[in-house]
Amino acid sequence: MALLEVKELGITFGGLKAVDNLNLSLEKGDLYGLIGPNGAGKTTAFNLLTGVYKPTNGSFVFDGVNLVGKKPADISKMGIARTFQNIRLFGNLSVIDNVKIGLHNQIKYSTFSGIFKLSNYFKKEKKFEEEALRLLKVFDIDKDADTLAKNLPYGKQRKLEIVRAMATNPKLLLLDEPAAGMNPNETIELMNTIRYIRENFDLTILLIEHDMKLVSGICEKLTVLNFGTVLAQGETSQVLNDPEVIKAYIGE
Amino acid sequence: MSNIKLKLKPNTKNNFITYAIMLALFLSVQVLDLTGSLSSLFKGLLVPICMYVILAVSLNLVVGILGELSLGHAGFMCVGAYVSAFFSVAFKEVITADWLRLIIAILMGGLSAAFVGLIIGIPVLRLKGDYLAIVTLAFGEIIKNLANIFYIGVDSKGIHVSTSSVDDLNLLPDGKAILKGSLGISGTPKDSNFILGFILVVITVVVCLNLINSRTGRAVMAIRDNRIAAESIGINVTKYKLLIFSISAFFAGIAGVLYSHNLSSLTATTKNFGYNMSIMILVLVVLGGIGSIRGSIISAVILTVLPESLRVLKDYRMLIYAIVLIVLMIANNNEKTQIIKDKLSIKNFIKNRKNAKMSIKEGD
Repeated sequence: MALLEVKELGITFGGLKAVDNLNLSLEKGDLYGLIGPNGAGKTTAFNLLTGVYKPTNGSFVFDGVNLVGKKPADISKMGIARTFQNIRLFGNLSVIDNVKIGLHNQIKYSTFSGIFKLSNYFKKEKKFEEEALRLLKVFDIDKDADTLAKNLPYGKQRKLEIVRAMATNPKLLLLDEPAAGMNPNETIELMNTIRYIRENFDLTILLIEHDMKLVSGICEKLTVLNFGTVLAQGETSQVLNDPEVIKAYIGE
Repeated sequence: MSNIKLKLKPNTKNNFITYAIMLALFLSVQVLDLTGSLSSLFKGLLVPICMYVILAVSLNLVVGILGELSLGHAGFMCVGAYVSAFFSVAFKEVITADWLRLIIAILMGGLSAAFVGLIIGIPVLRLKGDYLAIVTLAFGEIIKNLANIFYIGVDSKGIHVSTSSVDDLNLLPDGKAILKGSLGISGTPKDSNFILGFILVVITVVVCLNLINSRTGRAVMAIRDNRIAAESIGINVTKYKLLIFSISAFFAGIAGVLYSHNLSSLTATTKNFGYNMSIMILVLVVLGGIGSIRGSIISAVILTVLPESLRVLKDYRMLIYAIVLIVLMIANNNEKTQIIKDKLSIKNFIKNRKNAKMSIKEGD
């Protein structure tokens, strides 16, 4: 059975069909690309899948559970994590605190034992610290652990968003333009990171990207959106050579 | 492992400085008191200072940590003051042990304020920013006005409530009216003192600092910094907003207990429980630095003592107070004063001396 099964998903804002009749099927372990020109509805699709918007029609089933109408926090608990196109870090907190917040539902103790510093507090805080540092080390930003997130350079901020999403221990990771604003070297490094986490964290990844080098380099399957509807779908090499897709991107 | 310990240090050190400042303030007051150099005017200020510190620190939880502007803090204080005063007057003869009655009064004041905070928080916290500020302001006023219209009395049959007059309560001969509309509650035992105030301040500060440095505190600050991202990683935004709002109201209620047990008669006016008071508490928070607990403590102490110490200026007192406040606000948030502060700080002085020594050695 597919890990994520999206059926005829759609949302209308006023009279505008931002996403219409989207069908997607992600198997466990897939590295799937969602591409399309600006305004095609890619980020809207992500917002639908993470519960930020409620779909006007259609459904999506994740791991056997219908998630339509669930709140973002509940969807996160089900095992879907995401990053944002316009970086949304907790800017006034340190890098390590950002990751610890990602671990919020993995390591738990009550507010009460936090306020009165019961033994559980020390035990679990130690775990928070170790786990967060371990994750930061995987992504090689553990040296910046005490820096405020807003003071990180751009590339590292994007990385930190991925680390924070990884901290929620997801089964499916949604990456919204992870390479935006990166130089070619950083993009290559990012491609390696994405491959690495898929192998080592047993992940399925769905990503939105404009950088064709990254898309053709790592995505195995693609869906192309244009004006909210699916233009083409299938194996990466096939889709990228589709005349319709070339027309949508470059024009005639 | 040693690495981890080092990283926890900045927070712990920061908290330690806060506790040290509090202890120093407490001891200096005690020493001044013992040597008899405290004026009666200043002695009268000690409990209000503690009250303002608790109010400022607890409002800072909402404004600085949760990042929402609340202007109804005095309303929660009003709830705490009235409930605890009502309890103390009603049980003055029943519970003869003063300390026991006081502890119960404090808990009741705090819990009732927290409860009201929770009830108000459920509809109000759906709003954000300016809208939230205005609605909390309105709720604060509602609470104050409600306190002014109720008549409540107790007799052997139980509690009687009316909204028109004392006679309307239909009390039995053995009963007494406790809350008398706009006349408020009189005959509250004067249980507040500086030691009690200081203990409550310590409890408030410890709870708030521990809360901020815990899993809960991080979740709340995540909501403050970016609500959408916080939701996307599974943080229940409504739950944490309500939690912080109620904890903040709890301590405002405790400040109310301190207030009502410092006066023999309690009435609700614009000055003590109205928006004037709420704005005053917000001024303390803003002056001390939004999100800085230590700053709230210091600014609450300074701004409570300042108007009283300006009494020598007679008619010009409030004028000078306003000017000093403006200057403090501007100076506190100014880059140039920040640079001067850094230059004057002990830490940098030591660092510079070390550097100077090093360079001399290198010169050799």
